[in-house]
Amino acid sequence: MKKIRIIPRLDIKGSNVVKGIHCEGLRIVGNPKDLACKYYKEGADELLCMDVVASLYQRNLDFNLLKSFSDGIFVPITVGGGIRSTNDINSALRAGADKVAINTYAIKNPQFLNEAVKKFGSQCIVLSIEAKKRPDGGWEAYTDGGREKTGIDAVQWSKKAIKLGVGEIILTSIDHDGIRKGYDIELISAISSFSPVPLIVHGGADSPDSFLDVLKKCRPEGLSAASVFHYGDFSIKDIKKHLFNKGFPIRYEL
Amino acid sequence: MNYKNKKNIAIVDYGVGNLHSLTKALGHFGQNVFITEDADEIRVADAIVMPGVGAFKSGMEGLKIRGLVNTVKDFSKTGKPVLGICLGAQLLMSEGYEFGKLKGLNIIPGKVVPFGKIKEKVPHIGWNEIYPATKMGWSKTLFELIRPNIDVYFVHSYMFKPKDRKNILALTKYGNFEFCSAIKKGNIYGCQFHPEKSGELGLKIIGNFIKLI
Repeated sequence: MKKIRIIPRLDIKGSNVVKGIHCEGLRIVGNPKDLACKYYKEGADELLCMDVVASLYQRNLDFNLLKSFSDGIFVPITVGGGIRSTNDINSALRAGADKVAINTYAIKNPQFLNEAVKKFGSQCIVLSIEAKKRPDGGWEAYTDGGREKTGIDAVQWSKKAIKLGVGEIILTSIDHDGIRKGYDIELISAISSFSPVPLIVHGGADSPDSFLDVLKKCRPEGLSAASVFHYGDFSIKDIKKHLFNKGFPIRYEL
Repeated sequence: MNYKNKKNIAIVDYGVGNLHSLTKALGHFGQNVFITEDADEIRVADAIVMPGVGAFKSGMEGLKIRGLVNTVKDFSKTGKPVLGICLGAQLLMSEGYEFGKLKGLNIIPGKVVPFGKIKEKVPHIGWNEIYPATKMGWSKTLFELIRPNIDVYFVHSYMFKPKDRKNILALTKYGNFEFCSAIKKGNIYGCQFHPEKSGELGLKIIGNFIKLI
C-alpha cells in the first residue's frame, strides 16, 4: 500500500534555513546541511527545499548549496525557487534534486510547465501554489515567495496546470503559514476534492493531531511542515507514530 | 578514468538523469563511479547504470544524439552488470508509449505503457512495497537478503510490461492494481523505483548491485 509522506520543508534564504509567519518576517532557524541530515535520520519521507527569495531577486537557488547538503540524503528532494528554464531544471537535478517545484515563472508563462513536462516527465514537475483567501471568497495565487498578488484564482490555476501536465501540487496556505493552528482545511479541500495528481499540503501544522485532522478530512498524499519540526516540538517519528496508531499507512525503516 | 584496484561503474549520461543523487549513492560504497557519455569509457567499465527521471522520448533521443544506443546494447551482451533505474530501466524494454510509440533498446522484451484508467492517482509518487513475483524469492538476485514488502520510493506514470513473466523480478500493488516494479534478465536489472532515494534499504540494494560486479 502506498504510504502517506511526511515532508519537512526547508525555506532557504542565502545560506540559511529561515521561517516566517504568513511567508514574511523571516527568522534564521538553522543551516540546511544540519537540518536536512537530522530530518533524513528521523525518517523524513522526502525533503522540500524552497529558496524563498530567488524569484524575487530574479536569480536561481544556489545549486552549490543544494549540492553541499543533498550529499548523504537518500530520500527524494524537491527543490523550488527561481526555476525559469529547462536549463535551471537540469542544474537542479544535477545538484541533487529529484523534482522541481515551479510557481512564479509558470504563472507568467503557463506553457513553460508543458515544455518542462515534455522534457523531464510529469513526475518531475511540481506546481507550487501559494494561496491567500480573498475577502470576497475563493483564494488568490501569489508569487515570489508569497509576496506578489497575481489576480489569478488559485483553484482555477491548479486545474489549468494539471492540464498542462504537472505531476504533483504543493499547496501552501499563506494565511496559515507559520501560525501553527492547523492546516487550512477549507483551501485544501477545494483542491483535494478534484485533483487527479498527488497533493502535498503545507502551512499551519502544529501537533500530531493537526496532521491527523487534514488526513481525515482531505486525504492529501503528503504532509509538509516546517516550524513544528524546526522548533523541535515534535519529531517526525512522533508524527508518524501517531498516524500509524490511527491506522494510516506510514513508512517505517527497520 | 579507470582505476585498477576499484570497480569502475559508469553512469551513462544521456542528458535527463538525476545524476548527482545516483553518483553519491553508488559512491557510498567506495568504488570508482563516474558520469560519462563517452562510448569508449562505457565499453571498458565493469558495470553500467542507466539513470532515471525524464520522458521515454527524450531518453531515447539523448542516447541517439550521443551515439550510445549500440554501446549500451553491446554492453548488455557482455554479461557485466547493468542497472537501469526508472526511465533508465524503461529504456531497456522493446518499446515505449510516452508521447507516441517509440523503439526502446530492446534488451528485455516488452513494452512500457501508461497506467491507463486505474482508480489511483497518476503519477504514482511515493513509498510503496515490493515483493517477489514468484515463490523462488530473491536469492541470487539484486534483491538478495532484502526483506519482501519493504518500502521503496516510486515516481512514475508509466510501467513495464515484460513479454515474458520470467523477466519479472518484483511486483508492487498500487491500490488494487498490481504492476511489475523490477525486471531482470541475466545480470541486467531494471528498477521502476529509485533505490538511490529509498533510504538505507535502498542503499542496501545498491550495495547488492556492486557485489554483482
